Amino acid sequence: MSTVQTSMPVRAAAAGEPSLWSRLRTSRNWAALWFMLPAAAFLILFLAYPLGLGIWMSFTDERIGREGVFIGLENYQWLWDDAIFWLSVFNTILYTLVASIIKFAIGLYLALLLNRHMPFKAMIRSIVLIPFIVPTVLSAIAFWWIYDAQFSIISWSLIKLGLIEHNINFLGDSNWARGSVIFANVWRGVPFVAITLLAGLQTVSPSLYEAATLDGATNWQRFRYITYPLLTPIIAVVMTFSVLFTFTDFQLIWALTRGGPVNATHLMATLSYQRGIISGRLGEGAAIATAMIPFLLAAIAISWFGMQRRKWQQGSNND
Amino acid sequence: MASVQISDVRKSFGGFEVLHGVTVPIEDGAFVVLVGPSGCGKSTLLRMLAGLENITSGTISIGNRVVNNVQPKERDIAMVFQNYALYPHMTVAQNMGFSLKLRNANQQDIAARVKKAAEILALSPLLERFPRQLSGGQRQRVAMGRAIVRDPQVFLFDEPLSNLDAKLRVAMRTEIKELHQRLKTTTVYVTHDQIEAMTMADKIVVMHDGIVEQMGSPLELYDKPDNQFVAGFIGSPAMNFLNGHLKSNGQIYVETENGARLPVATAPTASDGLPVVYGIRPEHLELASDGIEAEVVVVEPTGSETQIVSRIGTQDIIAVFRERHDVKPGERIHLRPRASAAHLFDKDTGHRL
Repeated sequence: MSTVQTSMPVRAAAAGEPSLWSRLRTSRNWAALWFMLPAAAFLILFLAYPLGLGIWMSFTDERIGREGVFIGLENYQWLWDDAIFWLSVFNTILYTLVASIIKFAIGLYLALLLNRHMPFKAMIRSIVLIPFIVPTVLSAIAFWWIYDAQFSIISWSLIKLGLIEHNINFLGDSNWARGSVIFANVWRGVPFVAITLLAGLQTVSPSLYEAATLDGATNWQRFRYITYPLLTPIIAVVMTFSVLFTFTDFQLIWALTRGGPVNATHLMATLSYQRGIISGRLGEGAAIATAMIPFLLAAIAISWFGMQRRKWQQGSNND
Repeated sequence: MASVQISDVRKSFGGFEVLHGVTVPIEDGAFVVLVGPSGCGKSTLLRMLAGLENITSGTISIGNRVVNNVQPKERDIAMVFQNYALYPHMTVAQNMGFSLKLRNANQQDIAARVKKAAEILALSPLLERFPRQLSGGQRQRVAMGRAIVRDPQVFLFDEPLSNLDAKLRVAMRTEIKELHQRLKTTTVYVTHDQIEAMTMADKIVVMHDGIVEQMGSPLELYDKPDNQFVAGFIGSPAMNFLNGHLKSNGQIYVETENGARLPVATAPTASDGLPVVYGIRPEHLELASDGIEAEVVVVEPTGSETQIVSRIGTQDIIAVFRERHDVKPGERIHLRPRASAAHLFDKDTGHRL
């Protein structure tokens, strides 16, 4: 029975103090470090470094073609008094808030619907994903046509139905433009929310619903007391991502309105691009982009602490 | 408490009928076990009783009220699920009080009833824990607690012990039976394990392929199985079946294909030469020099008894002895069935003769 030992040959070989090399060779942490290194290098090079550079740039007066010098918080002081910057902050928050709430509501509704047994379920589920897989710019161009001042299909239909008399200036009027870009964003974002929540719904054991039914729960009570609490971890994750994506949205706005009319749809991301790249004032653009960070951190913090509170997910698992 | 009447109940999924007219009367306060192999329809029947499945035809009444079209929550039943179906985000107390909360019972009332149920099931120290923090047996008890709190007319158990390890299963078996003796609530219990059925039931309903094969008290089923299926299903190790022909002019016995003569106490009249299946339980075989010769294949000691698998011609036969015989595989032994304990079944229909 002396050959049974399999997990201890290293320790057995070096009877006294094992050498550094043999300790490293058997250390799981050391191995893990090496496995993580490629991904970490990638992230540092393409994410952390540009981020750091961007933050540094926001403290300089760098322009395209000209090395900047450190000017402290001057860019931020400048932005503090800039009404357009504050308008873009307001727009971004409005855009994120409204779009996220609508995306959550429609996404949850769709997920609940798709979770039922119905004919052509698989097909309907894949159709729901279409807005998600179409390239953003492509769908933005489609929306651009849908919202066109002269050729809008919506205006045309409503006129033909006799509901309105003149074309709606979807992207030319401030409030219409805001509504239009939010609608386009919702259209794109719903599938992500719906499919992720659907995946979450499918992890809920059907016997919980049966137990709740026998306990006397109505449909609404089953949702309120079973589905919703069990779904909260997924909701927290999916809504965090949704908020982050929406807050940093650029493509859709840039393709549809370029921030217009009269900056009514300028988000922080588009304003940053306009100031930094188009106008060439890299330092100021970087400052606008950097100003987004606290908002994003706050969004993450909210979802993080929201998840922390769920004690039922923790504790020992005896399965 | 209430009696339950299941009358000619049928169930089809699509065009496929899985229950072909099942009638089971359940007396008030009885502990009835539905037992049968997988796919026999026992769980479906229980779920129909609970209201989780529609009844295709026939009627189910609980306490003289036909419940075919009554919502599950109006049926006044409580069910314990195989996977317990505890709400993972609620504490033990919340799990147990959930149904009362939905009924808008007041807080003190809920707390009092949860406390009482927890005392019955020895769950009091665990009330503030979440299901994740409980062992399998504790979860099982919480699931029962959830049922008890409601004080329903009928308890339904759907294979509640199959997720537990063997030792815990035996302990919980006793606990459930004790609970029933204490509360005396009508109970319908589904299992595929005939030992559970035998040990717990007042009445066993053996189901197979969507029909009731036999119902009766555990010992009735054991001593007088109506047919070959019940005979083979109830009892462990299972009853031995040997094919042969009945000889009943003068001396009565069953002659197997290879000429062995199996003793029978009585035989139906005018049945000479009838092809039959001869059933004998393993414990009704004894070693005797005038018995049938068999070759030992495997010897399985369990400590309290010894099972000997041997072969008569081409047919395997299991014998159980409480005494410790010193036999080895390959040896020849002589087995004598106890004539009074032999069962005869019609070879074609499987019915008891």
